[in-house]
Amino acid sequence: MSCEPLIVLDGIEKTFTVRRKAGPFRREKREVRAVDGISFTVDRGEMVGYIGPNGAGKSTTVKMLTGILTPSGGRLRVAGIDPARDRTRLARRIGVVFGQRTTLWWDLPLRDSYRLVHRMYRIPDDRYRENLARCVDLLDLGDLLDVPVRQLSLGQRMRGDIAAALLHDPEVLYLDEPTIGLDVVSKSRVRAFLRELNAERGTTVLLTTHDLTDIEQLCSRVMVIDHGRLVYDGGLPGLHAAGDGERTLVVDLARAFPPIDSVPGARFVRAEGPRQYLAFPASASAAPLVAAVAEAYPLVDLSVREPDIESVIAKMYGGAPGGTHEERRESLM
Amino acid sequence: MDELLTAAPAEGTAGGARTEEAYRPAADALRTYRMVAALWIRSTMTYRASFALTLASSFCVTFFDFVVILLMFGQVRGLGGFSFAEVAFLYGTTGTAFGIADLTLGSLQRMGRRIRDGSLDVFLLRPAPLLAQVAADAFALRRLGRVLQGLMVLVWSLVLLRDEVAWSWGRALMVPWTVVCGAVIFMAVMVLGASALFWLQDAAEVTNSFTYGGNTLLQYPPTVFAQDLVKGVVFVVPLAFVNWLPALYVLGRPAPPGVPSWAAFASPLVALVCCGAAGLAWRAGVRSYRSTGS
Ligand SMILES: Nc1ncnc2c1ncn2[C@@H]1O[C@H](COP(=O)(O)OP(=O)(O)O)[C@@H](O)[C@H]1O
Ligand SMILES: [Mg+2]
Repeated sequence: MSCEPLIVLDGIEKTFTVRRKAGPFRREKREVRAVDGISFTVDRGEMVGYIGPNGAGKSTTVKMLTGILTPSGGRLRVAGIDPARDRTRLARRIGVVFGQRTTLWWDLPLRDSYRLVHRMYRIPDDRYRENLARCVDLLDLGDLLDVPVRQLSLGQRMRGDIAAALLHDPEVLYLDEPTIGLDVVSKSRVRAFLRELNAERGTTVLLTTHDLTDIEQLCSRVMVIDHGRLVYDGGLPGLHAAGDGERTLVVDLARAFPPIDSVPGARFVRAEGPRQYLAFPASASAAPLVAAVAEAYPLVDLSVREPDIESVIAKMYGGAPGGTHEERRESLM
Repeated sequence: MDELLTAAPAEGTAGGARTEEAYRPAADALRTYRMVAALWIRSTMTYRASFALTLASSFCVTFFDFVVILLMFGQVRGLGGFSFAEVAFLYGTTGTAFGIADLTLGSLQRMGRRIRDGSLDVFLLRPAPLLAQVAADAFALRRLGRVLQGLMVLVWSLVLLRDEVAWSWGRALMVPWTVVCGAVIFMAVMVLGASALFWLQDAAEVTNSFTYGGNTLLQYPPTVFAQDLVKGVVFVVPLAFVNWLPALYVLGRPAPPGVPSWAAFASPLVALVCCGAAGLAWRAGVRSYRSTGS
């Protein structure tokens, strides 16, 4: 029993019945299968990315994992607990951060929110002080503690939320789109913190996002969900291979040049004045490409763009029966 | 059973996995309520002057209700065969009972919005009973105005009634007991109404007609209403047990036609049944909570 993984999903489903107006008096019922039979397990200490396009069912899965939503079918266990049945008991063992919604008390200064968390979770005083000091230090919250939550910027609030979710030493941390809308500095600070948390404390982390960079920098394992189904579970390189993904090398040259088509392994995509876009396989390294371009052209600046998850998944689905992403979406409407 | 076994915390996991304390829902709920309510009181008290003002205005607004009755008695000698003191007694009992329920659970009125916009999610993440969290959220001490006003009228009516009623220990004890049971019945109705919001997003109006409307109804003697309405309030929506039936006993009047005389003592039982029903409805509601898509 104790060797059961920390998180177990077995054929989990969630169906929403949506009513909408169909004419002046008639109402039409329609079933939306937000999560459609998902099975996976997560072991202690893993850091897993849970990705997929908008409306794929990521948040719905997280809400079932926390006990907010009751699954319509399947078996679900987190730390041996059935979340929907024993929600309050589970709550002390998990931490949750929603990018779209704060769990802090809107009108209170961060410090008061943390105090309330301290009491509500019955955190031993010394643990609380230690954890708070650590979060304040690593997430740079020192100057924000006396500011009411509603006055914080999105990035500041997110850091405040992450700290609040960790004060009680949860065994597992769920983050639903933690970097959405954050600036580059906040993003990298959040990522660094999560990496440290997982490495030093062994906290299990499940992260949903549709920013592939999050996954690349944090997770060794990634699960892809689309239309409520798990379509991929494995490492990141495998995902690119499965999706036949391409990365884009963006080069800024000293002036406009004709299309760069002489570099092996790269395909010219388009040009905007002195800026040119070159595609290359996601599994390949960018270094030789950069070297080749720099040798032949006056290179001013460059960046590498990851394939966005939408296009990777679109490609995974490209040849699959049942049509493409867009078509399916429409048949749902 | 299986649940209990598998739920044992694994040793030596991340952080300090605490030994799980015995789960005591009632104690937990009270503790949570106190904690959250205290927080809100502290934050409203930072503006003392404005708090005093809202408390006074809450007191006055409620008092207008009573002014209506006062004015009525300027015109007529009795209302449905009841004297002014007797009507004031009815007013005082239901007013105080409703005031207590409104003070403690009035925030449940905000549930509808929380369910619609999905902000209930956050409450569900915390290791504390949901009902206590939602009820204590935005706790407004100014609602105390209603309780004070009801109590004042009740005391006044008792002073007027001191010779009119053949007081006995039973009758005297029945007065506070009525207020307590009445408050519990109102609270149960409020929780039932809040539970209905999980399925019917517009149920708030209906709930209000039972709580605020019920309170207004119970301020008047049952004899001024049609018998069918009175029967409905006894047997269907048991609001008559809030004050009518026990008050008729205190005042030495017969129970309404078709209602057994022992019903005057059934308020605690009715309160208990209502609480049971409210608890079940609440649990079912929470289980069917669907949050919102983001
Ligand atoms: N409370 C709800 N009521 C009705 N439909 C919902 C609800 N929550 C989610 N959905 C639907 O379920 C699907 C998955 O939503 P969600 O899990 O929020 O997706 P994601 O987080 O991956 O963007 C979407 O089609 C969404 O419209
Ligand atoms: Mg989402």
